[in-house]
Amino acid sequence: MTDVLVVAELLDGKVRKTTMSAIAFARVVAEATGGAYDVLIAGDDATAAAADVDGYGARTRLACQVPGGYVCEKIAATVARVARERGHGVVVATASAFGKDLIPRVAAKLGAAVASDVLAVEADGGRLRYRRAMFAGNVFAWCVPTTPVHAVSVRQTEFEAAAPSGGTSPLHTVEPEPDPAAARVRFVSLEAARRERPELTEADIVVSGGRSLKSAEAFRTVLEPLADVLGAAVGASRAAVDAGYVPNDLQVGQTGKVVAPKLYVAVGISGAIQHLAGMKGSKTIVAINKDREAPIAQVADYFWVADLFTAVPQLTEEIRKIRSQS
Amino acid sequence: MKVLVSFKRVADPDNANKVKVAPDGSRVLAEGLEAKPNPFDDYAIEAALRLTENGKSGERLGEIVVVSIGPKEAAQTIRQALAMGAERGILVLADDEQLDAWVVARTLRVLVERERPDLVLLGKATVDGESGAVGGILAEMLGWPMSTLTCRIETRDGGKTFTVARELDTGVATLHLEGPAVVTVSDRILAPTAVRNGVTPDDFAYPQSDTGRYASLKGIMAAKKKPIEETSLQALGVDATPTCRYERFALPPARSGQVRFVESAAELVQRLRTEAKVL
Ligand SMILES: Cc1cc2nc3c(=O)[nH]c(=O)nc-3n(C[C@H](O)[C@H](O)[C@H](O)COP(=O)(O)OP(=O)(O)OC[C@H]3O[C@@H](n4cnc5c(N)ncnc54)[C@H](O)[C@@H]3O)c2cc1C
Ligand SMILES: Nc1ncnc2c1ncn2[C@@H]1O[C@H](COP(=O)(O)O)[C@@H](O)[C@H]1O
Repeated sequence: MTDVLVVAELLDGKVRKTTMSAIAFARVVAEATGGAYDVLIAGDDATAAAADVDGYGARTRLACQVPGGYVCEKIAATVARVARERGHGVVVATASAFGKDLIPRVAAKLGAAVASDVLAVEADGGRLRYRRAMFAGNVFAWCVPTTPVHAVSVRQTEFEAAAPSGGTSPLHTVEPEPDPAAARVRFVSLEAARRERPELTEADIVVSGGRSLKSAEAFRTVLEPLADVLGAAVGASRAAVDAGYVPNDLQVGQTGKVVAPKLYVAVGISGAIQHLAGMKGSKTIVAINKDREAPIAQVADYFWVADLFTAVPQLTEEIRKIRSQS
Repeated sequence: MKVLVSFKRVADPDNANKVKVAPDGSRVLAEGLEAKPNPFDDYAIEAALRLTENGKSGERLGEIVVVSIGPKEAAQTIRQALAMGAERGILVLADDEQLDAWVVARTLRVLVERERPDLVLLGKATVDGESGAVGGILAEMLGWPMSTLTCRIETRDGGKTFTVARELDTGVATLHLEGPAVVTVSDRILAPTAVRNGVTPDDFAYPQSDTGRYASLKGIMAAKKKPIEETSLQALGVDATPTCRYERFALPPARSGQVRFVESAAELVQRLRTEAKVL
């Protein structure tokens, strides 16, 4: 029997949808081992945000008010204390920037092995085994922690967001645990990315552009209209981000976000290994590239050899046509 | 300011798709691939150099100690960092196979306690194991504040305090750290003005690049005379018990299907509707 502590991610006083993937993971473990899961909500307005995870089958919801913006040092000690006191065998968060930051520090407090960016969990006679990707997604590895407690982050695209299961989970308040390290770090500000479009990691369709767009202007005038008619999120290669055409948080790939939409359209992207690592799990992949030999062909289902500056407007128009018919 | 940078060698990341797995799944076979510096560690060295020099005049203002844990050949990787401009190296001999994030963090902890740097800079992850856990574990072991996924670092007091920016999924967060601190860096730390040290003129911009600097011939010559201390996990008294056992490795299933070339927007849309059924 393994009980799981899910750490919720907060944004703007609400629980972020990423959290539902960590809950989905907790359900798998709980079911396989006959354990239960609790959800800890720590941060600004935690008590109010806790309402967002009611009805998801947690044994309890634990809210800890920690004002002043997320800083790992302000919550890691609380997460570790709660896990210790309540005997959780696994602490989990989704491997967003939040989970990647938090989980190792919590692990160190608990003497726990870290399994990062986990793709799947298997229970084998009560023993947990985690499947992870290595080498930019080119190797799968099955990792078995040898420590009593495990600290895990899970890949959002591999754990479909948990749906509400009904009922209500009792809400308890927990006191924050002081941590001397927290006195040496101060949250200054958050420059939040505000977008009208769907979130990259949650979108059904992603349209990504590369270096070949050559300007921020072209992202707006060539790529975005296509994303608009498709109701798609916009992504980018690292080269496009480095060149300043779009902000950091749109990068898809090994260092950026991992996406697995129904449809991924790679526009003027060569398909470097590091880019493929972030999108090759997509159901259908379309490449528009003037180079027929571009490595993106290794993963593409459909490849249109064309100049993007003429092809993308044509495609946009074609989709607009069928959208207006239906 | 003294900066300790950790540096791992990895199988050539640009050929990661050529990595194989032993038929019995017991290990990863990357032998045919050239050993290269972990790219994020290359970026960490570059950030450390920018923090400890006058970017305009090139004058060195501080000390960089480069640590690599691994087999004897890792000395070459350290040498590359010394050729870029770092002052000193420490090679901790260990089998790559026996390392996990905990063993690496325990080792770095011993060295940090001995070297007493103002800052430890690491890559945000290794591109082979992709655990991204060493920085956080190390910071906690030391009781130091940290910044992970860092895309900007600024110090105005020679490394006593740092203002850092972190790349989030949803934007960029700015934090203020009282050193000594642990910082892990992302790609964007290479941006022309991402590192500021208060000495390099604020209007100075480094050239746009997607790697750390290349060693000059002079740098390569100078590196030959720079010291690399050789030690081992054992000599440092590091508990070398890993916390994870890798039971099995396998190649991921290939994407099914062949690429189909299309000739027009109309054909593409039609196929996406009727074949792929995604529109
Ligand atoms: C440690 C590390 C991490 C990295 N992480 C990432 C990551 O997360 N995400 C990522 O994307 N990259 C990442 N990279 C970078 C990666 O290696 C590539 O450099 C990058 O993906 C290239 O971007 P690109 O495809 O836009 O540009 P290029 O490789 O320059 O490709 C441009 C493509 O556009 C095509 N093209 C040019 N003009 C036109 C036109 N008019 N019409 C149609 N096609 C055209 C060309 O044929 C070419 O295929 C990483 C690299 C490293 C070392
Ligand atoms: N064997 C090693 N030697 C030196 N530094 C390492 C080693 N392994 C990991 N690191 C450092 O820890 C960072 C994160 O690694 P990881 O948590 O293993 O992904 C890397 O970018 C390196 O800076």
